[in-house]
Amino acid sequence: MFITRKAEFSASHVCRVDSLSEAENFHIYGPESHAAGHGHNYVLEVTLEGDPDPVTGMVMDLKELKDILEEEIIQPMDHRFLNFEVPPFDKVVPTTGNLAHEIWRRLDARLGGAHFNLSKIRLFEGPDLFVDVTRGLAA
Amino acid sequence: MTTITRRYRFCASHRLHAEALSESENNRVFGKCNNPYGHGHDYVLDVSVTGELNATTGLIVKLADLDHLVNTEVLSGFDHKNLNLEVAEFEQLVPTTENVVLVIAARLKKYWRIYFPYSSAWLSGISMQETERNSFEVAIPRPAATDSVKILNESVIVNA
Repeated sequence: MFITRKAEFSASHVCRVDSLSEAENFHIYGPESHAAGHGHNYVLEVTLEGDPDPVTGMVMDLKELKDILEEEIIQPMDHRFLNFEVPPFDKVVPTTGNLAHEIWRRLDARLGGAHFNLSKIRLFEGPDLFVDVTRGLAA
Repeated sequence: MTTITRRYRFCASHRLHAEALSESENNRVFGKCNNPYGHGHDYVLDVSVTGELNATTGLIVKLADLDHLVNTEVLSGFDHKNLNLEVAEFEQLVPTTENVVLVIAARLKKYWRIYFPYSSAWLSGISMQETERNSFEVAIPRPAATDSVKILNESVIVNA
């Protein structure tokens, strides 16, 4: 069985590679490369796969999942400038793909148990763009 | 491996009518969608690309290239068009959303290498909503290595 919980955060970022010129950065990232940065309302969907615990009837206590999302993702990232305030994005370009993988790493370290595992995350940068990271394909 | 999905929109009209069927059979099979004057939808098209994130850029493909492909090879010919009369594939093929999805997938696959000569990423899925109440989706397997034209070093993305 799959269960999915949604969370939102808003953050600013800029996508550019320091070793490249202004023109090269614009060629690769378009307006996302604008040096002063800009922001998005990110929407994160976290999907767990598992069986309901025979006693509680729950795959995972969703309150506990909410707390982990709050600690690992919302508190460190919400209303932050990712490049300046959220490692490793001082060194890694915070594209939606890289951000999704960082979120996967943070959550995969905290989620999982006898009955369930983190199965997939879907990160929306906006309504028209999202990235999926799926167990087994994440590496 | 990561999958990125980009959403596009277009408006088009169509009529569901099979030449091989009689008037009454067409009416029975397609109902209101068989109206001889046609009707239209605001289609929502999700295009999924799967591949490795480039270590330097953090991208699977340059999104401007994906936009360029979808705009040039699909949207420019579909948006605000009558699919039966103005899109060549539907001269002989009923433009159900199932068939529209398959035609779009075929076009994107046909032109893929021209727009992404630098990347081993592939078109992994098409999903389309005809209305908010119905959607149609195809998953596309990774092409066999022999299908792909020589893949250039991914670092070309920086200079492309």
